[in-house]
Amino acid sequence: MNIYLPIAEVSVNAFLLLGLGGIVGILSGIFGVGGGFLITPLLFFIGIPPTVAVATSANQIVASSVSGLLAHLKRKTVDLKMGYVLLAGGLVGSAFGVVIFNYLRSLGQVDLLVRLCYVVFLGIIGGLMFIESLRAIQRARKAGGVVPKKRKQRNWVHALPFKMRFRASGLYISSIPPLLVGFAVGLLAAVMGVGGGFIMVPAMIYILGMPTKVVVGTSLFQIIFVAGFTTLLHAITNHTVDLPLALFLLIGGVVGAQVGTGIGVKLRAEMLRVLLALLVLAVCGKIALELLIEPNEIYSLAKVEDVE
Amino acid sequence: MIRFLLLLFISVIPLQAIAEEEIVLGLSQSEVAITARFDGSDMLIFGAIKRETPIPEVPLEVIIAIEGPSAPITVRRKDRRFGIWVNTAELQVESAPAFYAVASSGPLDQVLDRIENERYDITVDRAIQTVSRTVEFGNTQDFTKALIRIQKENGSYQQLENAVAVDQQTLFRTSIALPSNLTEGDYRARIFLTRSGSVVSHFETVIDVHKVGLERFLYNLAHEQAPVYGLLSIIIAVLAGWGASTAFRLIRNG
Repeated sequence: MNIYLPIAEVSVNAFLLLGLGGIVGILSGIFGVGGGFLITPLLFFIGIPPTVAVATSANQIVASSVSGLLAHLKRKTVDLKMGYVLLAGGLVGSAFGVVIFNYLRSLGQVDLLVRLCYVVFLGIIGGLMFIESLRAIQRARKAGGVVPKKRKQRNWVHALPFKMRFRASGLYISSIPPLLVGFAVGLLAAVMGVGGGFIMVPAMIYILGMPTKVVVGTSLFQIIFVAGFTTLLHAITNHTVDLPLALFLLIGGVVGAQVGTGIGVKLRAEMLRVLLALLVLAVCGKIALELLIEPNEIYSLAKVEDVE
Repeated sequence: MIRFLLLLFISVIPLQAIAEEEIVLGLSQSEVAITARFDGSDMLIFGAIKRETPIPEVPLEVIIAIEGPSAPITVRRKDRRFGIWVNTAELQVESAPAFYAVASSGPLDQVLDRIENERYDITVDRAIQTVSRTVEFGNTQDFTKALIRIQKENGSYQQLENAVAVDQQTLFRTSIALPSNLTEGDYRARIFLTRSGSVVSHFETVIDVHKVGLERFLYNLAHEQAPVYGLLSIIIAVLAGWGASTAFRLIRNG
């Protein structure tokens, strides 16, 4: 069954869209990532214009994140207080990000810079997570299957002023690092056109030292607002949000997110991290290959954006 | 003197009559309505040639050109820089049609003279206007060739040789597939009759391609009431997320 999308101006198979949404929804439920870094390239692949793909996937991320968050709220695996602090930093960061994005666009090479951003950040984060979580698994094996309780890390994060108690995370730390993490993620998210979960999740684990179980729900909480803000911005400035496209993706996505959350609870934390690391590295590798291998067609077409 | 003028007059009439082969055109649809289920469309174009004089000896050929709305487009070229492939040069094409199909009753270079093509702008390269502004490397031709090549590959530009059937030098018909990624606007359909490469008659009409119903409503809302549309998108997303979550809880508990 094909459906014509009024904003994207292409006709695509409705079941294909449901399936895409479903797969990305499952991943977002398991890992607490919005899935923007997956769904946007997939939409390019099926022939949706890039501007529409970026804007519409932001809208779809809102839906799957709400669905995932509600499941986490039921299990009380969300640190709302931490979420608000991250969000405060995040909104300021994404506003700055939009300014930077427009500046890069005026230089003309925004496409390349976004791709390089993807390769660098996905590569670093994926690599670090992969190594760290493999070590954790090995440690667990040596200890005879019993995971040693992670000792509380005392680093520079704990030496800063304005301390706050985050009960759900079991943390008593300064509010400055979460604000900075939120800011940095918001900034990158706006430049790269994603929710930022794949940066947020490792940052919460490794910089803030939050327990993995609350990380996913808290990340989803923050992503809802960042993605919602992005959707609105795209809708108003570029008119590129395709509602029917978003609808089909999110029907698949919300169902997938519920399934994914269920899977995520059953998986061990180390396994979760290894899998997320592999996924991040795979996407990174694909984008890197596109930059390195000679393309079949060295020319490309782009609609001239109507300047308003 | 009068007799001479009369003679001249009489001798001119048949010459004029040869030129006056008139096209009577039929289209399977004079407008294309894009609905939610739109998935491309086959446009059937048929017609007859009306003439008062005997059919001339030289065989008649028919060329049909359909041209979609034009818009500026940017063509970029990649080169290897520091080991990665980067856009290094671009050309702003002033105006290129979103869709262009030329169907002819024979090989195009045989049924149409180059000079006639330049006069009537029939082939797709004549429909693309390049006023080069930002070429840094290479020449304009490479870019327009690339534009045509890419558009041909995705079916937006079509050159259909031997695709028009001509019967008895009087009836002609062809079918042109309109792709599913059709752009809205007025599509210009032109029909040319040629004899030994020269255009003897031509006819032009417009096919209206537009979105209807829900597609029209959403498109207008997105462009004219952008903040409302944006908020609507978010509300739908939040409701869908909440709905799925609630539904799943009910399923698990029930």
